[in-house]
Amino acid sequence: MSSPTAGGTFTFGATLGLALVCALFLLTGFTWGDGWTADDKAVLASMSLDRLPPAPRDPSNAVEALPAAAALGKRLFADVRFSRNQAVSCATCHAPDRQFQDGLPVGQGVGSGSRRTMPIAGAAHSPWFFWDGRKDSLWAQALGPLEDSVEHGSNRTRIAKLLQAHYKPEYEALFGPLPDLSGLPDDAGPQGNPAERAAWQNMDVARREHVSRVFAGLGKAVAAYERTLGPGEARFDRYVRAVLAADPVGQQALAPQEVNGLRLFIGKGQCATCHNGPLFTDQHFHNTGVPPRDPARPDHGRAAATAKVQHDEFNCLGAFSDAREDACQELRFMVSGDPALEGAFKTPGLRNVALRAPYMHAGQFASLEEVIAHYVQSPAAAVGHSELAHEGKGHAERRPIRLSASEARDVAAFLRTLSGPPPSLD
Amino acid sequence: MSRHLISLALLTTALTACGTPPNDLDRSLRHSSTQGRYVVQMDPPAAGPAVNQIHAWQIRLSAPDGTPVRHARIAVDGGMPQHGHGLPTRPQVTREVADGTYLMEGMKFSMTGWWEVKLAVQAEPGADTAVFNMVVDTAGVQR
Repeated sequence: MSSPTAGGTFTFGATLGLALVCALFLLTGFTWGDGWTADDKAVLASMSLDRLPPAPRDPSNAVEALPAAAALGKRLFADVRFSRNQAVSCATCHAPDRQFQDGLPVGQGVGSGSRRTMPIAGAAHSPWFFWDGRKDSLWAQALGPLEDSVEHGSNRTRIAKLLQAHYKPEYEALFGPLPDLSGLPDDAGPQGNPAERAAWQNMDVARREHVSRVFAGLGKAVAAYERTLGPGEARFDRYVRAVLAADPVGQQALAPQEVNGLRLFIGKGQCATCHNGPLFTDQHFHNTGVPPRDPARPDHGRAAATAKVQHDEFNCLGAFSDAREDACQELRFMVSGDPALEGAFKTPGLRNVALRAPYMHAGQFASLEEVIAHYVQSPAAAVGHSELAHEGKGHAERRPIRLSASEARDVAAFLRTLSGPPPSLD
Repeated sequence: MSRHLISLALLTTALTACGTPPNDLDRSLRHSSTQGRYVVQMDPPAAGPAVNQIHAWQIRLSAPDGTPVRHARIAVDGGMPQHGHGLPTRPQVTREVADGTYLMEGMKFSMTGWWEVKLAVQAEPGADTAVFNMVVDTAGVQR
């Protein structure tokens, strides 16, 4: 779509007029007292933690709600034996005492990754996992790093044998008897080094299937644990509750600067276009022109991931899923082949965002201020096209994000009100 | 374009850009297709639909005289006009569940607000399109 521009003068006039009319529209809609209109209050309520429903059921994981699965998953999550160097566990990058992330621009497992470690609290609400959504369940996601050469760097037969050696009773109580793993190579897997891949190919098809099923079970237990991790209440939530109750004392939970930042966040800053709902994410993929970490190797994001998830043996429609085909709706009706997916990444949720710099999919920005400055500058995308509007072009309906320096500071101040207690560490 | 028309366009754009759907938005879920070949009715699910939850609609397709139109092929598209993005899923009309009644699966609204759903209908009377405006809030599609 292109704007109905008839030259720079009209564009300038349109922008100015638009801002004036928007301001007038907002002003006349005010209800004096708390300063929020009925529409505003509905938006605030929609972002409150009180509105977060229970995580949707994952039909592909039959054990996800079992406490025994979560207990096993928690132990597996912290077990370094599942890594090539015996030093890396899920908790290495997803550190429970650091919002289940590592504070690094890109993950550091047995090697160095190419993307930012994502936090886990609330992740069970998402239909797609990783920054590019190349997995369609928490359990399928949990399997990826185990076989990734720079994360855990392990392989499928080694993992199955470790499970048998250290977790047999717990595993069998959930998934039934372990298969006979005797005589299998110690190191074999479809994602491993050439020797491991060759060893995997030499295995009997049925035994490969047995090993993959054990591997999938590990993922399902880890997912059951991760599903128990949700975000804690933040100052923002207490403020919204006070606004909805017309409680002026309770509204002091936020300082005036933070309230102004919130107003900008849902208003002319347009942040809430994508960062909406109680987790502050639409769970979708967008290209906002974030510069690639390595310009020589641009990251295609979602565009390169739809085929991966479609063909993933551990997806909802695969042999290791517990779901009926008609329950796999997200996968069946997934958007693919859309040019808008080129260079698009998942909208990250913003709860506790101030506690987990650096930002964006490869830690490109060190501070919230840098992130906001990026959206104001809205540079052209290195890969695909940025959705952000530019002066004189872009969407007729979406306006360029214009924030003064003090307004940008206010938005950053608001974002710091989204911090709450860490997910349960019991 | 005259100055007045520009002002009107500006006002309309400004109001929609503020995030509130236009007041004169046709929210009817039953109306004629663009060229009048069909009458199209969209039946939402009994509950909701809830934001960010995949759900199904039924589409009732009839000729202007009320006769159900069978064996139609219906393609679905749409998005949020005020946000410049499309649908978060790719809904499909998967089957005709009764004469002239079709099941549209895979629909999802990823946020509250004004959504446009566009149907491209291909059946014996000819090709036509129908556009529906749906204003979604936390209680479902506003009527």
